[in-house]
Amino acid sequence: MRWLKGAYASLAVIFLMAPLLVILPLAFTSSAFLTYPIPSFSTRWFIELVDNAVWQRSIVNSLIIAPSTTALATVLGTLAALGLRGRVPFAATLRTVFLLPMVVPAVVMGVGMQVLFVRLGLVNSYLGVILAHTVLAIPFVLISVSGSLAGIDRRVERAAESLGASPVRTFTRVTLPLMMPGVLSGAALAFALSLDEVVLTLFVAGPNQRTLARQMFSTLRENISPAIASAAFIIIVGTVVVTALLFLAGRGWQRQRRS
Amino acid sequence: MTGRRNRRRAALLIAPLALFLGVFFFWPLATMLAQSVSDPAVGRVLPLTSAAIADWDGQGVPPPEIQRAFATDLHEATDDLAVGDMVRRLNSAQSGFRSLMNKTLPAVREDVDVDLASLDRKWSNPAYWQAIRGAVSPLTDRNLLATMDLERNAGGEINRMPAGSSANGAIILRTLVVSAIVTLCCLLIGLPYAMIAASVTGWRRAVLLGAVLLPLWTSLLVRTAAWFILLQDSGLINGMLTGLGIVDQPVQLIFNRLGVVIAMTHVLLPFMVLPIYSVLATIPANLMPAAASLGARPLRAFWRVLLPLALRGILSGVLLVFMTAIGYYITPALVGGANDQMISAVITQYATGSANWGMAAALGVVLLALTLVLYACYGWLSREDAVRLS
Repeated sequence: MRWLKGAYASLAVIFLMAPLLVILPLAFTSSAFLTYPIPSFSTRWFIELVDNAVWQRSIVNSLIIAPSTTALATVLGTLAALGLRGRVPFAATLRTVFLLPMVVPAVVMGVGMQVLFVRLGLVNSYLGVILAHTVLAIPFVLISVSGSLAGIDRRVERAAESLGASPVRTFTRVTLPLMMPGVLSGAALAFALSLDEVVLTLFVAGPNQRTLARQMFSTLRENISPAIASAAFIIIVGTVVVTALLFLAGRGWQRQRRS
Repeated sequence: MTGRRNRRRAALLIAPLALFLGVFFFWPLATMLAQSVSDPAVGRVLPLTSAAIADWDGQGVPPPEIQRAFATDLHEATDDLAVGDMVRRLNSAQSGFRSLMNKTLPAVREDVDVDLASLDRKWSNPAYWQAIRGAVSPLTDRNLLATMDLERNAGGEINRMPAGSSANGAIILRTLVVSAIVTLCCLLIGLPYAMIAASVTGWRRAVLLGAVLLPLWTSLLVRTAAWFILLQDSGLINGMLTGLGIVDQPVQLIFNRLGVVIAMTHVLLPFMVLPIYSVLATIPANLMPAAASLGARPLRAFWRVLLPLALRGILSGVLLVFMTAIGYYITPALVGGANDQMISAVITQYATGSANWGMAAALGVVLLALTLVLYACYGWLSREDAVRLS
């Protein structure tokens, strides 16, 4: 029984992890095919990503769109999370409504956005793509920030106020440092989501706004090359680096506050 | 007093997001809903005809004043793009309209008083006039009916479309079937997995939960690309199967239903494991030994004790996986074949391929309705949970 449990769990873990472990080494293959075994290791596909105009453009586009989405979604989501903390009428309903972009299928949003953005002149523009990605990213920021706000003991803030701190000072010195981990993980989630987004980009972006994920998607459909594995490597590393940087920034900031 | 001020401050903090989502989330959804029933192509070009033809009973050839209004409309139509849209729309309602209009338009533009019936005898055929009458309204249920393979005949009655002319019903059915299979696979793998994860402790539990969370945090596109590498004919799985001598020829694992189910099960498995695990983690660990000490065999203890307690988590997981699966686009699009495309792929095809936004929007309405119903069930389930706990 115990043996069976172990075997089952190992198999399931292999099933869950294998795809991630398989794709990363192929980023460094010297072969022209996306297959094993790897003849020898080389960085030719990373060089291809940087040299090829289409890939290069898509990386630059992702570097424009993902940070903008992160900033916009984090500001909007954090403000709303703070507002929803108070005694607002219909707070639960509002929260459910704000989380809807996570539920509605992306293709459904894509059709509506395409038709509307054509009318508003936002189609085939960076702004349009950033706005679309922000809609998708907001629920993640909201959940993340609300989670960290729920962990704050309101008495701490009241204590600061009763000791004579102004509301602004209470916020910057007490609430903000305590909620910072939630804000930062929300920002990291928004960044990762924008970096990975394909469906809305497909509907809203023009050829000039092709993101890295969108370029990977069409390469997978049309001409499969190991450049995909290299791009996947960049997406994974990019997400990890941004998350790490945000957490380091948060910790440094908190330490500075404390001293 | 401070209460009111706090409330105003909260409203000010919420307002930007409410405004943003109103404009860039709800407005697009409303646009899509409107698009699914809007049909302005004909009425826009033929305003006089629209007004005149409303009184016509549809019998025989319409009276001269309607024909006159029609000729005037065509004479004054200068927007070639709009005229082209109108001709396309009329031709889809009644074949033969394209050639008829190619003949009629130049003649009417030259002389608005031309006799239509002598220009082309098709104008003596009531079917063409009925097609115009059916198409002048700016609202239509044509696209919504077409999602269920239904259409209206010339008399306005709803009929089943001739077999083979529309695949929408089959695609919706296929979407539900594939999603159900994926949900079942997730349940069969996820339930034992969650039970094992809840029964162990320490590093074992950390590994099991990490293996679920790590893929969840990794790019969906990267995971799908990885399955592409694993499943292709020269991929690792086929390499292993042929290497071990289990099969002689590579097995077709990609661009078919099997590939879609494998890849989607992998992508959605965390959504099954996590809700079940979170319920199981709250069940006291000594419950199963208690059942055993009372003489229940393991299977009976599982069936009568653990399963009923875990049922809520299982239902949440099933709803979550099924709801996400029916809207999936990327994974079926990349690892599925032509016969595995689900409703999202067809919507994308209509919208970005053939520029048929009416049909794309109508299928979107179906998908949205299905998703929201499932979400409501899920919300109801988790609220019941919260009520019970409080």
